Amino acid sequence: MFYREAGQFKTSYRADQALFPIAQDRYFVIAVVLAAFVVVPFVITDYWANALLLPFLIYALAAIGLNILTGYCGQLSLGTGGFLAVGAYASYKLMTAFPELNIIIVFLLSGLITAMVGVLFGIPSLRIKGFYLAVATLASQFFIVWLFNKVPWFFNYSATGQITVPPREVLGFLVTGPNASPAATYLFTLGFVAVFALMAKNLARGNVGRSWMAIRDMDIAAEIIGIRPLKTKLIAFAVSSFYIGVAGALLFAVWLGSAEPTEAFGIDQSFLILFMIIIGGLGSILGSFMGAAFMTLMPIFLKNFMVDGLGVQPALSEHVQIVLMGTLIIFFLIVEPHGLARLWQIAKEKLRIWPFPY
Amino acid sequence: MNLKQLTLGLAAAAAMTGSAYAYELTVPTLDYRTGPYAPNGIPFANGFSDYFTLLNERDGGINGVKIKLVPCETSYNTKKGVECYEKTKNAGNGALFYSPLSTGMTYQLIPKVTADGIPLYTMGYGRTSAANGKVFKWVFNVPMTYWDGATVAVQYAADKSGGMDKLKGKKIALVYHNSAYGKEPIRTLEVMSKKYGFELKLLPVDHPGQEQKATWLQIRRDRPDWVFMWGWGVMNQVAIKEAASIRFPMDHFIGVWWSGSENDVLPAGAKADGYKALAFHAPGADFPLHKDIIKYVYDGGKAVDPSYKDRVGEVLYNRGLVNALWAAEAIRTGMNIHKTKEPTAAQVRDGFEALDVSEARLKELGLPGFTFGVKVTCANHKGPGKVAVQSWDAKAKKWSIVTDFYQPMDDITGPLVEEDSAKFAKENNITPRECK
Amino acid sequence: MMFLLEATISGLMAGVMYSLVALGFVLIFKASGVFNFAQGVMALFAGLTLVGLMEKFSLPPWAAIIATIAVMILLAWLIEFLVLRRLVNQAPIILFMATLGLAYVLEGLGDILWGSDVKLLDIGLPQGAVDWLLDDYNLYVERLEVAAAVTAVIMVVVLAVFFQKTRIGRALRAVADDHQAALSVGISLRTIWVIVWSVSGVVALVAGIMWGSKSGVQFSLSLIALKALPVLMLGGFTSIPGAIIGGLIIGVGEKWAEIYMGPIIGGAIENWFAYMLALAFLLVRPQGLFGEKIIERI
Repeated sequence: MFYREAGQFKTSYRADQALFPIAQDRYFVIAVVLAAFVVVPFVITDYWANALLLPFLIYALAAIGLNILTGYCGQLSLGTGGFLAVGAYASYKLMTAFPELNIIIVFLLSGLITAMVGVLFGIPSLRIKGFYLAVATLASQFFIVWLFNKVPWFFNYSATGQITVPPREVLGFLVTGPNASPAATYLFTLGFVAVFALMAKNLARGNVGRSWMAIRDMDIAAEIIGIRPLKTKLIAFAVSSFYIGVAGALLFAVWLGSAEPTEAFGIDQSFLILFMIIIGGLGSILGSFMGAAFMTLMPIFLKNFMVDGLGVQPALSEHVQIVLMGTLIIFFLIVEPHGLARLWQIAKEKLRIWPFPY
Repeated sequence: MNLKQLTLGLAAAAAMTGSAYAYELTVPTLDYRTGPYAPNGIPFANGFSDYFTLLNERDGGINGVKIKLVPCETSYNTKKGVECYEKTKNAGNGALFYSPLSTGMTYQLIPKVTADGIPLYTMGYGRTSAANGKVFKWVFNVPMTYWDGATVAVQYAADKSGGMDKLKGKKIALVYHNSAYGKEPIRTLEVMSKKYGFELKLLPVDHPGQEQKATWLQIRRDRPDWVFMWGWGVMNQVAIKEAASIRFPMDHFIGVWWSGSENDVLPAGAKADGYKALAFHAPGADFPLHKDIIKYVYDGGKAVDPSYKDRVGEVLYNRGLVNALWAAEAIRTGMNIHKTKEPTAAQVRDGFEALDVSEARLKELGLPGFTFGVKVTCANHKGPGKVAVQSWDAKAKKWSIVTDFYQPMDDITGPLVEEDSAKFAKENNITPRECK
Repeated sequence: MMFLLEATISGLMAGVMYSLVALGFVLIFKASGVFNFAQGVMALFAGLTLVGLMEKFSLPPWAAIIATIAVMILLAWLIEFLVLRRLVNQAPIILFMATLGLAYVLEGLGDILWGSDVKLLDIGLPQGAVDWLLDDYNLYVERLEVAAAVTAVIMVVVLAVFFQKTRIGRALRAVADDHQAALSVGISLRTIWVIVWSVSGVVALVAGIMWGSKSGVQFSLSLIALKALPVLMLGGFTSIPGAIIGGLIIGVGEKWAEIYMGPIIGGAIENWFAYMLALAFLLVRPQGLFGEKIIERI
């Protein structure tokens, strides 16, 4: 009844092609973003920031990155953990080598470095496709992690190979290190995620995005209509790795504070982020957020519910939680194989004709 | 999403308000009973919890104040560890100390506990240079460190070869878990290899370590005189089995204290006989304390894991026990120093720093001859650092300590600790505090 | 020279162990186009069930194995009934995801049912070095791995006969060739799927027994799937001989690399080297050594 676009007339192509052509959508998104920027920082606690919101935002960013590659361009990748590691180690090296460099620039540079590495590992995608490519990207995953574990230059010759973030400030507020306030780290991360999500949304509906989708839907056909697979696929790898690299830098510097490659950036990270985009919805920015929320918050919610609410033993609750997560994943795939984003869309469709569905 | 966060908040709020009226000492237990390292995590977690449960049941807590355990499952995963830390640090009356049983998590927590002012007690794992109390005010690694362990392993090897000078020209291979934990002893061993002229060969094994053929073929080819191992989880079992298969003499194969539990040797069967591991406490359940635990905790139906009853006294169980014991004594010391029944985390830290558990005190606590006496000072957070060697008897299926407690070589580890902690202080803008 | 031979034999043997896991993948992929990531966890689950049955009900090994096979068949039927049936005609990646979800469920279930402690698996398989080779020729060969190799050979022969000579086998091949054509001549896809998942459940049991005898049955067993992936890639997702030969190449390649290259560039290179090796093969043949040629049409 309230959610309908009747009466919203567009007088220009520009307005018609706006990011959120329906007014209610626009207001809703603006309200959510405003709440996230203005309200949340005042109520946030350590637990909310470090256990819930930071991982959610950072994984959402990484999921957007992977979604660009897999969801939009159709190249299945399991090397995400490795690229996260590249971003993290690049930011560590830059921070320690140039202590006066602004942290925002450090993160963008880390993204660029990851983009270059991504292009390098994207080259085989020109010849290898589908699941073969997925397994091939695992080569990069294992190689990168091994490299960071082995070559002491990457971890500044520390005794154990652990990297620890030095404290850095933005506008006089600490954003890294243990003394950073939860509001500062949250706002800093949120800023990155908001800007990059907007960029991704626009990129995806522009020329580049459409050529990605053409490649995804059928690469031979796309080639015939004049899209160069080499360029398009490599751009997808570069952009995707850039996002993942920035996410990796945030993950290490803002969220975790210290990391070792084998554990923080292992293969399970690659799978986790792939889960997010499939559960959330392939080829959907909103889906990346929903998937990240589902995969990071759901286990914690289930755990807290079982341990604190029902008084289940933590170990048993962990097992039950794993089973429940698996069941939920299968359930959602059966109910809606196109992800939560599609469910959301269907809900909107239903809402438009409500309460008169006929 | 909003709805979910709301419910999540409610659940978290419910957790916060759940504490009882009487003051309780809040001890978070970051266990791992799931995941690839669960077989090692379970016995330790049981020992740790059982000791505190025993104190509650038998003595009514510490100095009459009950202890409230707040368990949280980490699966040996640092990311879950962060969540657990944030969740438990304000639980009840505020966490009094943390023992994560994971080197990776320790590195994660060191900056956080320093900022939040909660002591971190990493018994025989974690960051070795935290032994320097001048830099690491909040971190304790009583009673010894990996580097002490490495020097003791070398000393033992020297003893068996007839003196430190006999090490010249010998070959020692280090098989290690390719992670922060496994890499800990490398620097010490490198320094020692220069000083004593033995050849050091490094053989990393990737997580999880199920396939080690290549590693052991290299050992078979190079025939090192000694093999040291820094392993954890399935890696231990496979390594000991492979060593048995290539007929490497078991009495020349020494694991660190995390590679010497019943779980590690049992799969190799009779062939594991004579395998050595470092140790800093006795195995077995023949102590008065264990009888009390069976009586009060297991027969009283208070155990976290009742099915574990028959296995009380395993090496890792006893380790969890002694971890809890030293921590409980630290809490007691803190309460005594500040003459309070409601200690804060900072007061418990003072307790850790004044920790003094002599062998006589151990006897009072029901563990006569279980381990050596420890004493912590402001500058020295690792205590005496003594280590012995234990040996596996495959027939009796029992570990037993076969040497005296060795003194670690502080002349070797001392400068390394200084160097590493100075580096940490510089990176994090810490001015080392003065110790009287 | 002797050492090179030894390294090669060890590599071949390790390769067979990988092939055991890879076989399960191939069977399912061939018959249903599903990339079944739960294969590793199925091996763990089968191993846990076997040990659990032997411990709890003190069954003799043979009885426990038969009971476990029954459990695996039941599991296959459940998977078909609850998951696959409802995901017919979905994109391969969705099915792949569903198997990952399945992996979660089985992992948690295994822990809840049988506990997460390490369990010894002893069904009387030989262990240790082959003594006469070691004594007389100074050659180290692991008995367990010889047993695994023999088992693998028997399994491949049985599978080949099953696929070539039996009615069900012919139906399986028909389904693998073309789902719709198979349906149109009256082959029931659902039955075929149950059969294939049961067979790969049995293969998982064999893999679980072999790996479990080596390291004890515990959670880490599920991670052997990662060792099988390069084998699959190299051999091709659709070829049974490919899984075996791929395993051998990967096994030997990674052992040589670790032993001869490892000391030069730093150890623990086995993991990524296997993938790099497979990647190198893929660049030449994008469908793997024995995979079906990928024909693309518009």
